[in-house]
Formats: sequence, C-alpha cells, structure tokens
Amino acid sequence: MSVDGYLDRLKRDGRIVVVGASLAGLRGAETLRDGGFAGTLTMIGDEPYEPYDRPPLSKGVLLGKATADHTALPRRRALDAEWRLGVPASGLDMAAKRVRLADGDEVEYDRLLIATGVRARPWPHEREAALDGVFVLRTRDDATALQKRLADGPRRVFVIGAGFTGSEIASACREREIEVTVAERGAAPLVGALGGVVGEVAAQMQRENGVDLRTGVMVTGLEGDSAGRVRAAHLSDGSSVETDVVVVSLGATRNTEWLAGSGLGAGPRGIACDAGCRAFDIRGIVTDDIFVAGDVARSPHPLFNYQFLSLEHWGNAVTQAETAAHNMLCESVDRRPHMWIPAFWSSQFGVNIKSVGVPSMGTEIIVTQGSLSEHRFAAVYGFQDRVIGAVTFDDARWLPFYQQLIESTAPFPPQFPTVDRRPEGARPVSADFPDPSVPTHGPTVTLSGYSPADRRITFTPGRH
Amino acid sequence: MTQGNLLRQILEYGNRPNPYPLYAELRKTPVLNEGDGAYVVSTYWEILSLLHDPRVSSDPHNLAVPGGPGFDPNDESSLPPSFIRLDPPEHDRLRRMTNTSFGPPHKARRIHEMRGELDEIVSGLIDGIGSTDRIDLVEQFSYPFPVTVICRLLGVPREDESRFHTWADTLAASLDPMPGEDPTERNKIAQKARTELGMYLAGLIEERRKNPQDDMLSELANLKGPDGSMTTMELLSTSALLLIAGHETTVNLITNGMLTLLRNPDVLQRLRDDPKLAVPIVEELLRFEPPVQLVPNRTTLADIEIGGVTIPKGASLWLVVAAGNRDPQRFKEPERFDPDREDIEHLGFGSGIHSCFGAPLARLEAQIALSELARRLVNPRLLEDPPEYRQNAVLRGPRHLPITCDEIRP
Repeated sequence: MSVDGYLDRLKRDGRIVVVGASLAGLRGAETLRDGGFAGTLTMIGDEPYEPYDRPPLSKGVLLGKATADHTALPRRRALDAEWRLGVPASGLDMAAKRVRLADGDEVEYDRLLIATGVRARPWPHEREAALDGVFVLRTRDDATALQKRLADGPRRVFVIGAGFTGSEIASACREREIEVTVAERGAAPLVGALGGVVGEVAAQMQRENGVDLRTGVMVTGLEGDSAGRVRAAHLSDGSSVETDVVVVSLGATRNTEWLAGSGLGAGPRGIACDAGCRAFDIRGIVTDDIFVAGDVARSPHPLFNYQFLSLEHWGNAVTQAETAAHNMLCESVDRRPHMWIPAFWSSQFGVNIKSVGVPSMGTEIIVTQGSLSEHRFAAVYGFQDRVIGAVTFDDARWLPFYQQLIESTAPFPPQFPTVDRRPEGARPVSADFPDPSVPTHGPTVTLSGYSPADRRITFTPGRH
Repeated sequence: MTQGNLLRQILEYGNRPNPYPLYAELRKTPVLNEGDGAYVVSTYWEILSLLHDPRVSSDPHNLAVPGGPGFDPNDESSLPPSFIRLDPPEHDRLRRMTNTSFGPPHKARRIHEMRGELDEIVSGLIDGIGSTDRIDLVEQFSYPFPVTVICRLLGVPREDESRFHTWADTLAASLDPMPGEDPTERNKIAQKARTELGMYLAGLIEERRKNPQDDMLSELANLKGPDGSMTTMELLSTSALLLIAGHETTVNLITNGMLTLLRNPDVLQRLRDDPKLAVPIVEELLRFEPPVQLVPNRTTLADIEIGGVTIPKGASLWLVVAAGNRDPQRFKEPERFDPDREDIEHLGFGSGIHSCFGAPLARLEAQIALSELARRLVNPRLLEDPPEYRQNAVLRGPRHLPITCDEIRP
C-alpha cells in the first residue's frame, strides 16, 4: 500500500497514455490491463493501422506469400482502449502531464508509456530520395509498395546497405529470380552486427545465390530519368549500375524528435531509462511517471558492463513493454528490472540466422560447432576473456546452451569439446568488427555510455 | 528409501502403473548418481539444458564404459546406427535428408494431406470393433492404427504388416534398460531382429528403386539433394528407425490418452462436445503421460557441472523426461491433468536436435483417434483400473486396455 493510496486510485480510474501503437505499445497496454488497470487507456500511433508485425514485411510479404495487411499482431486480450491512430504525438509537457498531438489535440496522463520505436533512415539527398522507384522498408505501406514493384518484374533491384533488412530484401529478390545488386560500405554484409568473419560467410551466401555484391563502396548518387523515375545508381569506385528499383537500407533513426525541448533525456540514441524502464530527464534524474519500452529505449544491462543498450529486437520489445507496464502499476519494492538477453533472428538465402548476447561487443570469435564453409555452424564471441555473444547459422537448436554461457559469464574461449567440433574451431580469431567510428548501416544493438571495469557476476534470469 | 535403488524401483514392473510418486522422490536429487556410472536427471530445467548441451553425445562410442541398452560396439554384422544414435554432422545430414520426404519445409503439407486417410483408417477400426461387452482398445484400435499409418507412409505392403509386429516388439524390448542384468542374450536376440528387418527392407528398397511409388521409401531410395544420397545401409537404418518409432510410441500416446480421459470423464465429455479440444488435450497428455518416459542413451564429452553436481566425462546420462514434465518448479499443479493449461512446453517429444522426428504425425494421429473415440463410444467405462502394463519402462503404456460402452454411434 502506498501512503496515500495513489496506486489504487491509478488502477481504478487513472489515465494511462501509450505513445506508439506497434509491438511494444500493444504488449505494454495488454499487460496494463492484465495487471488490473481499469482506468482510461489511450493508444497513440502515427500510422493509420492497428498494431502489426514487422518481421514478415521483409520476408513473406516481399516474396508475395503474405500480404502486408494480413500481418496484424494477434491480441492477447481485449484492450478497451481509446485509439488515436494516424496522428503522431508532437510534444510532451512533463509538468502539466500532457501529450500533444500533431492535430493540435492534447491528452492528459497520470502515467505515460513511450514506445515510439524507430523509423527507416531515408536516403539523405531529398531530391534523389523522392525519385519514383526509391524505397525504404519499415512500415506496412513501404512493404506493400515495394512488393507491388517487385511483382511488376523490374530488370534489377539495387539495395543500399547490407545489414539484416538489406540482406533479406536481396534474398527475397533472388528467390523471385529478380537481378539484384547490393552495395555495402563495410567489407561484408552483416559486418556491423556480426563482424567480418561471419560477414564473409554472408558474402559467400549472397554471391552463391547470384547477388551482385559490391563491398567497400559508397553510393554517391541516384540518377533519375526525365519522368522522375530512378534509372541508375553511382558508386564511389566510379562505376554505376542501371536499375529501376532502389531500396535504401541504412538502418534506423529513433523516433525522439517529438520530445525535443520536453526536458526528457531523449536524443538520437533513444530515451535513456533505468533497468526498471523509468525514463531519465535531461538532468539524469529518473522520472516516476514516464516509462519507455522497445526500440526507442536505452537501458543499462549488468551482463554487458552496464552499457546502455538500445535493441532493435522483436523479443526485447515484448519483454521490455511487459516489464514497463508491470512497473507502472506497482510499488517501487515490487518493481522488476528488464534483464532480457538480446536475441534476434533473420532468414535469408534459405539459411536461418540466430544470435544471442551482444556479438558486436566481442573482439574474438571461435567456431565451436559445424563449419563456416558449410554455412552451418555455431560461433561464440569473446570479450575480455568471457563469452559475450553467440551466433548460429542453421544450427539454432544449440543456442540455449550458448545463452547459458553468456548468462553465467563463462570464460572465453570455451575449453570443452563439443559434438561437431571441427579443426577450424581449434582457436579463436579476431572477430573483425569495423572501426565503430566509421559509419555503416549499423548493428541492431547500439552500445553507448558508462563502461566500468570488467565485472564477474552470476546472472540468474527469471524463468517464468 | 535409499537413493541407490530408486532407479531400480522405477524399472521394477510392479511400479509401472504409477511411477509418478517415485519420480517425485527422484526430483529431490535433481542429478542423482546411481553409483554404477549412470547419472539420472529428473528436473525440468536441468533436462532441458542437457538436451541443448553440445557436450552431450548420443553416440554410444563416447561412453567411458561402452555398452548401454541394445548396443554392442563390436558387432559389425548388423545395421549401422540410425540418426537417433549419432551426433552431428552425420546426424544432421541423415535427419535432413529424411526430412525432405517427410516434413517442412520440403514437404510442408505431407502430414496435413494425410488427414483424410487417417480419418478413414480410424473410422474403419471403430466400425470393426463389433461386440461392445469387452473391447481391448490396444489390440482393436490403438495398436493397429499407427502401424497401418507408418506402413502406408513408408510404403510397406499391408500383407507384411504382421511380420513387423514381432520385430518391432523385440527391438522395443531391447530399449528397456535393466541395470545389473547381463544384456548379452537380449542383445543377441535384438540384433537378429534388426538384421531380419534390415534384410526385408533391403528387398523392398531394391524394388522401390526400380519402381518408385508415392511413398517415403521410394523418395528416400531415389533421393538426390544438396546432401547427396543415402547409402543403402544408411537407408536401411533410417527406415528401420521410422518403422519402429512409428510402432511403439503413438500406440502408448493413444492408449494412455484414453485411459486418462476415462479417468477424467468431464474432459471426455468436453471433447465429445468440441473435437477441437483434442489439440490441447494431446499436448497436456504429452506432458502428463509421455509415451517415452526417459531418454537413457546419452553420454558426456566433458565434465559437466549441473544442479550442483559434476557429471564426469563419459558418464551414462538418463534423462527422465516424464519426471521433468511434472516438476513443480516448472508447472503449476503438475500432478493435475489440465487441458486448459496455458503454458504446456513439455518434454514429451524431447528437445534440441533429437526432438521427436515424427511429432507432427503423432500429434495428428492422437488428436483424430481421441476425438473420434470420444464421439462414437457411448458411455465408455474402464473395466480394469489400472490396466495391465507392458514390461517396458522407457516406452511405457498399457498392454491391454479393456473397456466397455453402451453402443457405438455411426
């Protein structure tokens, strides 16, 4: 019981506003209702659609196997919410506890959950970005438009950036037997998230599947024809590629601009929060009524040296939203920390790629099972003599074991024998991550902030 | 009760009808060293963790003391080990190749498309029950159903089905661990059955190479994929494995299922009213009464510390999945049969790379069998409770399940 019964009143007839009507926003709202919140719930979303799932957009939808309007997220329960869709939030008045909407309306809250996520980083030259045939892929509308263009049978698709989204787009194109060129500033695809050793495997996969992969190059310009349709891309090595579809896959930008001037600790890297999902203000003081979850949140994680991590991961959005919603409705002593182990998956060129931990923190890598050349393996990343991340290509059933190694800060390199250990896994090599000061499409984990000395801890995640 | 004889008690035939109190006793020591080299693991998280541990091998050659049920490392005359007794990469290659003619992603709809055929077999068996005074559900229904299905799926002629009965029984019995007994004689009999089965299959495969049909044997025999083709010996082991696995597990799932439903008449009534309830019922059955009670054929490639115990390299591991399935640390009210349970991530099909290959088929067979029995048998009752069980402690299930009912609905 709180001193003045505030929580009881909040639960009974308080006002909670959720900004961001995607995965994190929806799961957060459902958890609030599950937790007994009976008051007014307002869901604000900039897109005109109810929450939908994004992973199929770059996979099944691009292949024409599913349509973008059939990826609505399943509901866990009835929400009884007031939906304000198609109007973005444009401002926050922390003192008055009000969210401003782009249409001038205002919504008052007692507690606020911010889950505004990220958006695709657009092609920086506005005129070139506006050419017909130039796409990004983040939203349902993006996917519908790109799918339609692919169905028209373009002569060639040109993908800028070989991160996960770019590589999945290239894979979908090849599966549809469309010629595709991929241009990547780094030395290999996926290099920002998984390093050069694994990136080399991704490069082989692309080339074996007929992708015209250009690495170590930048796109210097997109050229349109007289009708305003894109017709070619020019590269920093002096070459150019004729194309009628360009997909810009340069990673994501966090949706925090609407918070400028609000006094909340929000910026290009996201919104900083504590392990309980409570947002910090610009003075570094934790708020007690504003919570954040999903791609837009940055929170410290004890397993990764209390780095502030912002994770563009599906599972993180779900668990962080659940934790935030739980904490919004309870006394401080009952609050839970958000201790999710980063994990993501991708599917490209018929290969299932999964990862746990933070590979991009790793300095070394060792292949513990299978073989890089067979594109079927498990590999472990090491950082300061401990296991910090792991990745599998078509070998995902072992991943829970590697997650345990990360959770228990197991020593690196692992000393034990395993089934399917090959000679190439005899000793670790440099994981070969690019210099972080060189911009690339970016990993799906952003590291920043406080980095104390190496800590030895035993991590015990909740199991229910 | 001393710890040392706990496993022996579980294997004792007298405890077959209800081993669950012994499993509860076992869970008090999550990792139990039985003293004779076997480490018995009985709690959910520990079992799950070992099933995903790449330091755990399925290859009996890695045992410090080679042996184990039905295994003679010096016997070269018999079939090579099937993929269930192999580690990656050989395991992965063989399982992958087998999957190309069985399941997703290669044959996404193979099982789904068998639905009509499964319905037909089930209807035929129930139609043929005859007198309702005393029905032996095992003999008259739950044995012939999956046997007919696996034979049709593989392409084994119907008239030969009865010959498998004997071979399958012998081979299943050889999987039954009997610590302390000299396995020599039993192994000899099992090897003989395996060899005979292999010779029979070899003839069939030869025939299918010449005249391919729409069945798995034909597809496996003529397979040419990214992994190449199977050798004849690999093909024999693989098809023998599928045949035996298809014989001995689903029978118990269906029989245990009907037994459980008859003990829980309210659930049986709900299933009668809503056949769709078969889906969660079968999942809960796989938790509550798993057809494979324990996995006795794993070993450690390194010292593994788990549950406060260090299991030494080369030890024999016994993973008691049926005990893990009722671990109160994992499931609320684990001793209650509750098809409304929301979180049924059971170990009934194992987990990790050896998780049950036939799971999609077994699920569908049991769902159809139980919902049809519920619909057609009017007022069914058990005539014996508990019924007489098979000897086998690993593949546990009733030998006979005598029931009666008022009539059989059309």
